[in-house]
Amino acid sequence: MIIIENLVKKYGDFYALNGLSFEVNENEIFGLLGPNGAGKTTLIHILATLLKPTEGGAIVNGFDVLHDATKVRGSIGVVFQAPSSDDMLTGYENLKVHALLYGIPRKIREKRISEVLKLVGLEQRKNDQVKKYSGGMRRRLEIARGLLHHPRVFFLDEPTLGLDPQSRDTMWTYIKKIVREEKVTIILTTHYMEEADMLCDRIGFISNGKIIALDSPSRLKQEMGGDIVKITFVNGIHSAKDFTNFEFVHRVEQNENSVIIYMDEVSSNLHRLIKDLEDVQSIEYKKPTLNDVFLKFSGDSLSGDSPEGGFMQRYAEYKRS
Amino acid sequence: MLSTRDLNLKIILGQLYALWLREFKVFLRERSRLIASTFTPLLWLFVIGSGLGSTNLQIGTDYQKFIFPGIICMSVIFTSVFFGSYIIWDRKFDFLKSVMVAPSSRTTVFIGKTLGGMTTSLFQVAIILIIGVALGINYNVLSLLQIISIVLILSFALTSLGLTFGSYIESLEGFQLIVSFVVFPLFFLSGALFPIDNLPAWLKFITLVDPATYSVDALRNSILHLGTYSFELDIEILLLFTLIMTLIGIFSFKRMKAV
Repeated sequence: MIIIENLVKKYGDFYALNGLSFEVNENEIFGLLGPNGAGKTTLIHILATLLKPTEGGAIVNGFDVLHDATKVRGSIGVVFQAPSSDDMLTGYENLKVHALLYGIPRKIREKRISEVLKLVGLEQRKNDQVKKYSGGMRRRLEIARGLLHHPRVFFLDEPTLGLDPQSRDTMWTYIKKIVREEKVTIILTTHYMEEADMLCDRIGFISNGKIIALDSPSRLKQEMGGDIVKITFVNGIHSAKDFTNFEFVHRVEQNENSVIIYMDEVSSNLHRLIKDLEDVQSIEYKKPTLNDVFLKFSGDSLSGDSPEGGFMQRYAEYKRS
Repeated sequence: MLSTRDLNLKIILGQLYALWLREFKVFLRERSRLIASTFTPLLWLFVIGSGLGSTNLQIGTDYQKFIFPGIICMSVIFTSVFFGSYIIWDRKFDFLKSVMVAPSSRTTVFIGKTLGGMTTSLFQVAIILIIGVALGINYNVLSLLQIISIVLILSFALTSLGLTFGSYIESLEGFQLIVSFVVFPLFFLSGALFPIDNLPAWLKFITLVDPATYSVDALRNSILHLGTYSFELDIEILLLFTLIMTLIGIFSFKRMKAV
């Protein structure tokens, strides 16, 4: 659906994108995950034909972003980071203006406007001026607007940035609904790990303008060596059995009083693991998060070049403490 | 079945309507904008008009009536150039981005904007024309048609000028500077407030270069029958100016950064 090849965007000496290549499949939710300033928005702007790349190119829905910009624009919907509706107009008027801009024929225009309003749950408020909308409602109106012309590809740039937890949950519900009902390919950018984990079929980690890892959330987490179980014993580990014999255990680390076991599916295998164990003081269990994966792949570079890059690392440290 | 070309034309007309509709709705809802921008021309008309009018100038007519066409032009100049400046807001609040990502050409967006500017100007001029009746100014069908045409042409040119500046300038503060250096001179040097027949050579030269001069003169021709040049010449020069401004405007709009 989208083919990105060796994309480079330079601002002076600064590389916003530094040789990006990957593909997005049809009808998947693809997440671009990375800290602020990693190049996510720049990439969306290039794919939406608002920016020209310094080098490389991209094909969106079969159209070249450099040479077929109008056709690309006709087949994509974009929700920008900041709401871009005119707040002097009502929700309905904003949709009408955009329906006309996309050349949606009069016969189906009204029907489609009601459809998308219903899809995002705004039909009751359609005649209110947008300035009376809450942040979450504005974002939903943007989604409705982006879907008006049945785009094949839908870009969502930080769709939940600045929303309270409840609005964020609502937003996630709507995004899942869109995929089900509109059959679009979604590219979403976010720096919320749990958002990517929850919504995306595949995730590309982006850091300093490069893709540093790309896979499904579950497989990315598997790369960390599965679930982590830490068993602490009362009197050291002399009573511990050989855990490596279990087929579901990947790796075992032994410390003075405890063992750390990397294994698959704790929920179904734990009972076998701890059967006949004596002197157990505590058992801790942790599922690796995308955060752990991101830190593993990005390493030190995260806190290095990118101006705001230290954020995720600090966040990770904060979470650990 | 429509041919592709007809279909494209239909879509472009729809896009123009969309852009105009948005401007028009905003205009209708921002009444304070309308009131504020009508107030200044009226202040000139009544305060300067009556004040200087009481000093017995030799201009062939009552001074207030004499500057009436100039005040119409003033209203159009300020409204249109300011209207172009709103493109800076559109960029700041990302509305423009959402338009740029739609499959409409920059030229269409440009023309749509100017249509909005023309409508705004026309509304303001209508208010001034009605007040003109109270000042004893007479219109007929021909003069009204002429006035509307002049206002539309001038407003098209000056909205283009405003959009051109707006496409280069990123802050509203920067735009204020343009207002001082462009908008005020356009108005003051247009002969809106004084006859241009007996000016010193240097001032005469500048007024001849100022395109607004010809709109004032054209309006004076049609309202007061007091023009310096012929109505046809005025219109020809205005149209030429409009063409040039439109071309420059579209060129600037095309090279404007979308993000």
